[in-house]
Amino acid sequence: MSGWTRPGMRGGRTRRGRLAAPLAAGGLILALGTGLSGCGNTSASGPETVTVFAAASLKGSFTELARSFESQHPGVKVVLSFAGSSDLATQIIQGAPADVFASADTRNMAKVADAGLVKRSAKDFASNTLAIAVPLSDPASIRSFTDLDRPGVKVVVCAPQVPCGAAASAVAQSAGVELKPVSEESSVTDVLGKVASGEADAGLVYVTDVRSAEGRVQGIPFPEASAAPNTYPIAALKTAGETELADDFIAMVNGSEGQRILSAAGFGPAQGD
Amino acid sequence: MQSRNRASHSVEYSGIPSWIYAVAIAGALLVILPLVAMLARVNWPQFIPLITSESSLAALGLSLRTSAASTMLCLFLGVPLALVLARGRFRGQQILRAFVLLPLVLPPVVGGIALLYTFGRQGLLGGTLEVLGLQIAFSTMAVVLAQTFVALPFLVVSLEGALRSAGGRFEAVAATLGAGPTTVLRRVTLPLVLPGLVSGAVLSFARSLGEFGATLTFAGSLEGVTRTLPLEIYLQREADADSAVALSLVLVAVAVTVVGVSYRRHGFLGGTGNTSKETPTSVVSSGSRR
Repeated sequence: MSGWTRPGMRGGRTRRGRLAAPLAAGGLILALGTGLSGCGNTSASGPETVTVFAAASLKGSFTELARSFESQHPGVKVVLSFAGSSDLATQIIQGAPADVFASADTRNMAKVADAGLVKRSAKDFASNTLAIAVPLSDPASIRSFTDLDRPGVKVVVCAPQVPCGAAASAVAQSAGVELKPVSEESSVTDVLGKVASGEADAGLVYVTDVRSAEGRVQGIPFPEASAAPNTYPIAALKTAGETELADDFIAMVNGSEGQRILSAAGFGPAQGD
Repeated sequence: MQSRNRASHSVEYSGIPSWIYAVAIAGALLVILPLVAMLARVNWPQFIPLITSESSLAALGLSLRTSAASTMLCLFLGVPLALVLARGRFRGQQILRAFVLLPLVLPPVVGGIALLYTFGRQGLLGGTLEVLGLQIAFSTMAVVLAQTFVALPFLVVSLEGALRSAGGRFEAVAATLGAGPTTVLRRVTLPLVLPGLVSGAVLSFARSLGEFGATLTFAGSLEGVTRTLPLEIYLQREADADSAVALSLVLVAVAVTVVGVSYRRHGFLGGTGNTSKETPTSVVSSGSRR
């Protein structure tokens, strides 16, 4: 049973036959490779597109913005990709065909800029602050940020490695509250999930997350959050083929319509503007 | 070992056209190449400090402990399940098998959500468990449950395969000599399928070690409590790619060792290599299996 490959390889196989296998394998891989890269090219040769990589928290507002942009630019298609800013930065650095990058923090924008991929310097376009999210039933009756360190309250936050976790620990430190979370999640979505399902009594997420999860969680804004606002930068990328479209899109985000949509989603104005 | 030598000396017609090898090589490369690419990205000078940091060791230790625990749970629950599926005769057997094997094809996240709605605070059994003083959410127990959920089918599939190919001849003989069903199970059946049982347990362990989606959804992520190695890698990837790559390599090394050892000794799924050859059951098995 276990020797089945050997007789075939030995049994009177010609040199040509033995070489053919690896050669054909190489050809197959080449074919696969070109086939895959072909997928990327089709978007450039079709109707005009502008590809926007945006932080997951921008999903609602950027989807609305893209629709409006398309109606103002007939024949143009906005391709949106939403994920964690860190994932998007990695994808861009690895050669993903993005024209615009909108990050949820300055650190990931800096990573892309350091790789020499940002066309002009990035511009801040919005800010976000933390809020407490509690289940609709609010089992621990949370009223303020200081309620979070009461014994027995199950608090879930983001891990310090991700932007929302860094903000959470900064806020806790400046407020002098010692958080003892039962879990440090990798993303805001996971925190929200634990709160919405009632597993946790409270979680620290962004104001915009509370807004988009309306009906699943209750949001409690707290003044201490202003200690650590998150800044959202946006930039056109060097990989952008459609230079003007990328700049047009960024102008729209910074313009009155973009700012109105963002503020309706709960975002604050860019700090220092 | 002897049978392997015999097979390689006999010149048989393999029946494999050469182009099949080409596709097979491409298939193998699809799996091997990414691992090589990862190897090339390892920051070797920093490798030891990266994998021996406090959080890395906590994650590795937790992974090994929980995987061992879930393998035990898999054995405890999976052996009876495999016996019932291989030897039992009852209505709905096929449906039961389909459901038991479901976690093999289910995205682990879905498993996590299902577990949450079963054992979570608001879940089906949540209230009952709370009365009993058991809080599963955010505990190491939740990690073990998630791992058992995804790993159980591996044990059941292996063992059921081994049981089927072993047949029931020796059991029938033992029974005619007056051994009760439990004695037959303990003295005849389990020793007979031991290779299959071992490789099933090893596979369950390996699968538990790699469990990610269900744990993330169901158990949360806290150092030393619920943050297993895959979760630590996922988190480190955000901040420190070098550390994520180094830990990935550790996980690959552990998995390769575990699966490699099991494959060499018993053959993969089922471990049928020894039992089927040494017990010519094909003639009698259909009659003796009841």
